[in-house]
Amino acid sequence: MDTLILLLFVFVLAAFLGFELIQKVPSQLHTPLMSGSNAISGITVVGAIIACGVAEGEFGKWLGFASIILATINVVGGYVVTDRMLGMFKKKGR
Amino acid sequence: MDLKQYIDLAYIVSSILFIFGIKMLGNAATARKGNLLSAVGMLVAMVVTLFYKEVVDYQMILAGVAIGAVIGWVWAVRVQMTGMPELVALFNGFGGLASVLVGWAEFEFGKSTDPVTQIAIYLAILIGGVTFTGSFVAYLKLAGKMSGRPTLFPAQKAVNAVLFLALLVLGVIYVMQGPAWALYAIIVLSLALGVLGVLPIGGGDMPVIIAFLNSFSGLAGAAAGFVILNKVLIVAGCLVGTSGIILTIIMCKAMNRTFGNVLFGGFGAAGAAAGKAVEGEMKGISVEDAFYALEAAQNVVFVPGYGMAVAQAQHAVKELGALLEKNGAEVRFAIHPVAGRMPGHMNVLLAEADVPYEQLCEMDAVNPTIGQVDVAIVIGANDVVNPAAGDDPSSPIYGMPIINVHEARTVFALKRGKGSGFSGLENALFFRENCRMIYGDAKETITGLVAQFKG
Repeated sequence: MDTLILLLFVFVLAAFLGFELIQKVPSQLHTPLMSGSNAISGITVVGAIIACGVAEGEFGKWLGFASIILATINVVGGYVVTDRMLGMFKKKGR
Repeated sequence: MDLKQYIDLAYIVSSILFIFGIKMLGNAATARKGNLLSAVGMLVAMVVTLFYKEVVDYQMILAGVAIGAVIGWVWAVRVQMTGMPELVALFNGFGGLASVLVGWAEFEFGKSTDPVTQIAIYLAILIGGVTFTGSFVAYLKLAGKMSGRPTLFPAQKAVNAVLFLALLVLGVIYVMQGPAWALYAIIVLSLALGVLGVLPIGGGDMPVIIAFLNSFSGLAGAAAGFVILNKVLIVAGCLVGTSGIILTIIMCKAMNRTFGNVLFGGFGAAGAAAGKAVEGEMKGISVEDAFYALEAAQNVVFVPGYGMAVAQAQHAVKELGALLEKNGAEVRFAIHPVAGRMPGHMNVLLAEADVPYEQLCEMDAVNPTIGQVDVAIVIGANDVVNPAAGDDPSSPIYGMPIINVHEARTVFALKRGKGSGFSGLENALFFRENCRMIYGDAKETITGLVAQFKG
């Protein structure tokens, strides 16, 4: 129960932080912000690694394996695509 | 300290990198670096996770990461900028499904049966499942594999309400007793809810729903974090969840609609349009005549919309803008916050075409000076320039902030045909005295104008 309270605490603070972080984003950056944070949501990959890494060869392990693939697509694809977009914006900054 | 505590310390580092990453993404000068920082944070989190003593099977993990990385990288590098909204939707859906599978896997391992873990598994599957199929339907709509019009059927709201209630009841059963059948039913019904929830949402509302689903995928990750009691999942997932909600609110405000109205309104369904009938007639103009007006213009504003993305006209538009500038005119691009199919969609397309950053203006910057504009060129935008939003209280879009191009001296509206816009509304702008229609493919029209300038 202690762990749960601690985790809830972390969750609530992170929520307030999230609201504060991006109050004033210029609309030019809405797409990169969205796809960049979309890549972060692939953090589930950590849970997937733990599920897949267990020794026993049961069904859950395979679910973890599939989950790693999906989450990694989300992570790698999201970061690369965001970088591509921002690279185009950057050219104008000269 | 044992190994687990070192891992937790590394997770703190990774959380800090995510926080700075998101913060820097909100500023043009630092955005690219911010994205890189958050990628480093992700790498740190993934690598240190391998050190858990429960994690022993590295081969399979590396195989999974390799497969996913190659697929994600190839898609991300290959996609055309016009295909960006659907790709973001697709990636987002995969993130949601990954959370479903993590929750399911933990259920299969059956290590913990305490109610809190059960609630977390339930939420990870519910939110992740809705995110997955919802994003997938959004992907189909955005990619044009499915009609962008809202799909409505009788008793739709009732069906969705029943589905939602069933999910609640199943959730209670699952948390109390934990039977496998309840979990499988939750998986299936969550997936169904995602499909049915996004079906009635039309193409023009996609910026809102994509932002919302993005938020949801973060929350699904946070729920998965509660399942495995992992702090970095909770922090990162929650940051994405809340920042996505902010973006959703921004998009709703830009349309003067409530989120509930976007979700359940079935906005833009065929025949649902109301508002005053528009009097007068649309007057066409030839490319030659439009050229003479543009040649004399001192102040030109482009107003791009989804039609520009469909016609892939952004490069031609950029060329025309450069020629007009050479001709001595002041050139700006007025971008409505919800123009296109994703937040900031037009900015991405115009940046790809190398339009100078300074020429991209937000709606609020253009409107006060619109009276001095000689020619406003509307390219495939419709509802975001419909003056009925300002002066017709019976119009469904009444109250939505628009770009006031009707107050410019002359308006050229580039349009494929005479049909109404996404919302199904006749656009009162097109009937105004100062508005001339140039029918045809936007790219061809612009290319024609460019040719006139050069010839």
